[in-house]
Amino acid sequence: MGATVVAESAGELTPPRSRTPLGGPAVRVGRELRGHPRTRVALALLAGLVVATVGAPLLAPHDPNAVLDAVALKSLPPSLAHPFGTDPYSRDVLSRVLFGGRVTLGVALLAAAVTMGVGTAYGAAAALAGPRTDAALMRVVDAMLSLPRVLLLFALVALWGQVTVPLLVLFLGLTSWFGVSRLVRAEVRALREREFVVAARALGGGTVAVFFRHLLPNIAAPLLVAGTLAVRNVILLEAGLSFLGVGVPHPLASWGSVIRDGADQVAVHWWITVFPGLAIVLTVLALDALGDGLREALDPRQLPRP
Amino acid sequence: MTAAAATPAGAAAAGVAAEPLLSVRGLTKHFPIKRGLFGRAAGAVKAVDGVSFDVAAGETLGVVGESGCGKTTTGRCVLRLIEPTSGEVRFRGTDVRALDAGALRRLRREMQIIFQDPFSSLNPRMTVGAIVREGLTVHRLAEGAAADARVRQLLDEVGLRPEYASRYPHEFSGGQRQRVGIARALAVEPRFIVCDEPVSALDVSVQAQVINLLQDLQRDRGLTYLFIAHDLSVIEHIATRVAVMYLGKVVELATAERLYAEPLMPYTQALLSAVPVPDPTATKRRIVLSGDVPSPANPPSGCVFHPRCHHPQKDAACARIVPPLEEKAPGHWVACIKQPPTAAEWGAQQAAGGTRPPQRYLPLAAPAARTE
Amino acid sequence: MTAPLLTIDSLRTYFHTGAGLARSVDGVSLAVHAGETLGVVGESGCGKSVTALSVLRLIRPPGRIEAGSRVLFEGRDLLALGDEEIRQIRGNRIAMIFQEPMTALNPVFTVGEQIAEVVRVHAGASRKAAWARAVEMLALVGIPAPEQRAGEYPHQLSGGMRQRVMIAMALVMNPALVIADEPTTALDVTIQAQILELLADLQRRLGTAVLLITHDLGVIAEVARRVVVMYGGEVVEEAPVGELFARAHHPYTEGLLAAMPRLGAGRDRLATIPGTVPPATAWPSGCRFRERCPYAWERCEREHPPLYDIGAGHTSRCHLAVEPERRAQRHLPLVAQVAGGRA
Repeated sequence: MGATVVAESAGELTPPRSRTPLGGPAVRVGRELRGHPRTRVALALLAGLVVATVGAPLLAPHDPNAVLDAVALKSLPPSLAHPFGTDPYSRDVLSRVLFGGRVTLGVALLAAAVTMGVGTAYGAAAALAGPRTDAALMRVVDAMLSLPRVLLLFALVALWGQVTVPLLVLFLGLTSWFGVSRLVRAEVRALREREFVVAARALGGGTVAVFFRHLLPNIAAPLLVAGTLAVRNVILLEAGLSFLGVGVPHPLASWGSVIRDGADQVAVHWWITVFPGLAIVLTVLALDALGDGLREALDPRQLPRP
Repeated sequence: MTAAAATPAGAAAAGVAAEPLLSVRGLTKHFPIKRGLFGRAAGAVKAVDGVSFDVAAGETLGVVGESGCGKTTTGRCVLRLIEPTSGEVRFRGTDVRALDAGALRRLRREMQIIFQDPFSSLNPRMTVGAIVREGLTVHRLAEGAAADARVRQLLDEVGLRPEYASRYPHEFSGGQRQRVGIARALAVEPRFIVCDEPVSALDVSVQAQVINLLQDLQRDRGLTYLFIAHDLSVIEHIATRVAVMYLGKVVELATAERLYAEPLMPYTQALLSAVPVPDPTATKRRIVLSGDVPSPANPPSGCVFHPRCHHPQKDAACARIVPPLEEKAPGHWVACIKQPPTAAEWGAQQAAGGTRPPQRYLPLAAPAARTE
Repeated sequence: MTAPLLTIDSLRTYFHTGAGLARSVDGVSLAVHAGETLGVVGESGCGKSVTALSVLRLIRPPGRIEAGSRVLFEGRDLLALGDEEIRQIRGNRIAMIFQEPMTALNPVFTVGEQIAEVVRVHAGASRKAAWARAVEMLALVGIPAPEQRAGEYPHQLSGGMRQRVMIAMALVMNPALVIADEPTTALDVTIQAQILELLADLQRRLGTAVLLITHDLGVIAEVARRVVVMYGGEVVEEAPVGELFARAHHPYTEGLLAAMPRLGAGRDRLATIPGTVPPATAWPSGCRFRERCPYAWERCEREHPPLYDIGAGHTSRCHLAVEPERRAQRHLPLVAQVAGGRA
């Protein structure tokens, strides 16, 4: 061709092309979430619930366990004095629902944390270990997954006798991590072969450092989604257990136990079951919506390809 | 199973004067194939099957071949990112395979790697600056402000604006991301870099920028490259010596000039003649190989290339004997048990309706006497 | 000169994304004549693939073919046809070959079934007749033991074989035009040689016209009769193949040719085109290449160059066509000046 072209001396001198708005992953996710109306509603709802339950001592008109007037105030329908009515033990249902929310949500969050922590550690260990160790670890998980979880939980708490709240958290957390470990193992195995992980090893990084610096941030997305699901599941589980009488110790209020108090007379004294029930439904729906929103915001957009 | 480890013991003959920086002998990597309920081994993918070569300090050894030939696996085995099944890898005299974890980590400072895919070789969750800084952190070469300064300097050296250190990989183009990968490798100040198809995923104009950059860096820092690629034009441009691989074996090894002027191995001839030439007036006769590349799980017996070979003297011996890498001409090693054919022999084959390489690949003179 | 088989006239395909309006194809006109091979060459982001997809109306929202575009094929405007009519054209009169055969073939059907389906849909043939034709096509594209191979699944075949299957699917209805979008980019060079030979052979025998899209100038030189160079969503140069390689006019084409390492060309520093392709959401004003061009002057910023005719069937979108003396005034392109460059 013979064209004499001046040899290039400089490298990339134009600013990088931004096909998506600038900012780190967290900022972008935040923006995505705020964009979708369904997620905004869910977040608002959850925020409201958290504020209400955390502020229970200030917002609740009565002590949740106070028997206000054993005769005159027994099982009264909602009124101005008692917006959610009273239960068969003459306690203010609104207060019980507010304080109960602290218990339910607190138990759910803590148990979910246990689930995610144990599940992640176990799954990562399996994924990064040798094939035999991996196989052994996962067979244990398979075995545990084949047991019906609710029955297992029920048996555990029933046999234990009187369960305290911390123990309940532990039981709930330690029976729910199996699915998470499978998820984490699958994700880590897939990531392990990605070139940037190989690059990290080539730089001299050890397994633990590589895990925390490279693997964990990149599985954060599915973990977050799994986390919202975990919280949601524990809420339902706890409600179920308390409803059956083996959850939170009597007379502690949780949404499940309040429902139980009103279970005998559902048709007549509907307010005792409906209000906590509504709280559970709203929370679960909001968490589901948040999980969906997170899944959409985090997954395909995460690596936009020019 | 493995070819008799051809010892280019004539390292001197291959143009390597002093002790080579990297020395590979009989490198083998077999990936077992598991079948059945209990994962019984049912054969192996012989990705790399007895590869030997030397790399002298300051030179660029090109490794070229098509998909499945084992070049990428070879590069990773040399760095022990994949554990070889057998063979010896010596870096500055040290046996790489015998090192423990700590010593291996220290060695990793000196031997680095650049990857092919600019989109998957950078952690999408880390800023570009953090990516480049990682090597400094792992080897405790610099901290805090000193590390930041070093990162900015490296980015500048590869032609990126230092201010971009706080941006994320997805905000850059393919060529820019590749530069980040180069900066990351340079951060630990290696002597030797395995370039694993660094420009294959880039557009032509960007390719040229990155190739120039790699050559500049080599000159300025005295680097040694093992340059893996499938693009023959790129290899010819950048490599001092070239090894051609096919199905896990090195089939030809020579200086770049010799290889491109006079390839002696039939596969290399076919490979070179297959490259489309950007000149519409050039005569288009080429060797078209029949059939597909066999699977590395089930390579042909004897010479792995024999089913597709067009050598006039191909016979049953080719299917039986695994050819060792022999020096057929000074500094020019070929894995073929037959002599390179003369022009007359090619002509006779063509007259009989067979193949003949394009004129430019025919031997210039009678082939050199085979070394006993 | 007979009327062209396919005429693309002022095609504009825009993507209405959240990040802005991406003018991926911004006024492209070209023509393919019966039996010829037209090469379309350009790098990523130039709009060549989107052009190909637009011809067959395979563009999905947020992409849209804008009003004012016309694609004339055998006398009809493809963009004005109804859905049923365009479906009758796809695979039948105009066929497409994609770059990555593994993702373009359905993994759950055998290759024979996939070819036969084309026959059944367009010619209404019976299962047996369609299958027989599928086997016939596999033999035509040089697959050994075609009856047996027809019953295999895509993952059982090698890359080269899969590409042959794609070619068989494209040619089974004997279309007048085949659009090949980077058909050999994903293949090894020796397999690429086989496929190019096959395409050339089939084209000779069946008289098919080919619109070949690629970034590889070597493939273009081998196969194309005329060449169109795209940059920035536009055609920037068009010429017969010999003319293009011997006398490239547009600075981008010059740059591409100079940046390619070639066999036997020595080891000097490669000439590069500084900077990167601008995003389709923000084409520069005036000439889209001017920031990277070593000849640009103030006219290039002011005035968007039209396609000038420079004779011998050669057009070029560059003001150098009317002010050729500027070619003597080479300078550092704008992108290199702004940042100072590294010594």
